[in-house]
Formats: sequence, C-alpha cells, structure tokens
Amino acid sequence: MSTGILDVLAAALVLGGSVLALTAAIGVVRFPDTLSRMHAATKPQVLGLLLVLAGAAIRLRGHADVGMLILAGLFTIITAPVVANRVGQLAYREQSFRDDLLTKDEIIEFGDD
Amino acid sequence: MNTVWTISAVLLTAAAAITMFRLLAGPGTLDRLVALDTFVAVTMCAIGTWAAFSLDTTVTYSLTALALISFVGSVSVARFRVRDKDRSDGRRP
Repeated sequence: MSTGILDVLAAALVLGGSVLALTAAIGVVRFPDTLSRMHAATKPQVLGLLLVLAGAAIRLRGHADVGMLILAGLFTIITAPVVANRVGQLAYREQSFRDDLLTKDEIIEFGDD
Repeated sequence: MNTVWTISAVLLTAAAAITMFRLLAGPGTLDRLVALDTFVAVTMCAIGTWAAFSLDTTVTYSLTALALISFVGSVSVARFRVRDKDRSDGRRP
C-alpha cells in the first residue's frame, strides 16, 4: 500500500486531535473547580473533534459519507456554546468555583441578566 | 502508518479512562456533567479515528447522532437537575 501525502496529513490531524483529547482529560481531572474544568473540557469538544473529523474526512475522501463527518462537526460547533453557556451560568449561580482563582468578575460588576 | 493509529487509540483510551475517574468521583452534578461532555467528545474522536483507520464509513452516522443526543442530554440535565447540597469543604453550596 503506497502512503500518499494526504494519508500522512490525515494521520497527523488525527494524532493531534488525540493528544488534545488526552490533555483535556488530564485537565478535567486536575483542575480545582467547575469553571476551570469547563475550560479544559472545551478543547476536545471542539478543536480536538474537528481535527479528528478533518483527518477522517481527508482519509475517507471520495466517499459519500464524508458529508456526515461535516454534519457532525457542524452540530458540535452549534451546540457546544449553548451547553457551555447553561452550565457556566449554573456553576456561577451556585458558586461552585473558587473566588481566589478569579482575576475578574464581570457579572458582579455589570449585573446578572 | 499503523503506528500512528495505534498511538491515537492508546491516547484516546487513556483520555477516556482518566475522564471516567472525574465522572465517577466529581464532587458535584455539574462536574459530572462536564466530565460526561468530555467523555462523549472523546468517544466521538475515537469513532472518527476508527473510521479513518478502517476506511469503514458506516460508523459516521453514529457521530452525527452522538453530537445531537449529547446536546439534548446535557441541556436536560442542566435544566432539570436538583441543586447540590451544602458541601463540607468550606465552599458555598
């Protein structure tokens, strides 16, 4: 099997996505409060997944099902901010974060709408 | 080239295992929700890696399904969950 330059690119993208997933998992376990964990969890959710999907799409080039990969990436991009907004708002309201780790609290300055 | 796929699979398995620790141990509901989101993302990465490795496109439909189902699940938990009780570690509830 001859390995084309596109296959190498696809493998590199998938590997990058996997590394991001691992670092995010370590962050989710190691970080001290909910907001920091959300910050760490965003990496595989959007960037890592998009890297893996791009790699898979390059490797599966020509198949009709590549559209499904693009659709999955699109749905993830659309839905991730909604979930993050809800969870972040709840975490802030229930004070499940550490005050001493915040450098700026704009909700207190400008009000919680 | 097989080495790269194997390394990716090992990294993703380690990520899933580590995330599962937070999912089981997380002190609050929101921590578990964040961990579950991460876990689903890792699972989607794994499915994409499998599709890229095996050139098998039948699994790509489950990627789209997972993307939508995890959104519905996370929003439902955030909407309908019960507040956590007071914790004893000094933080406010």
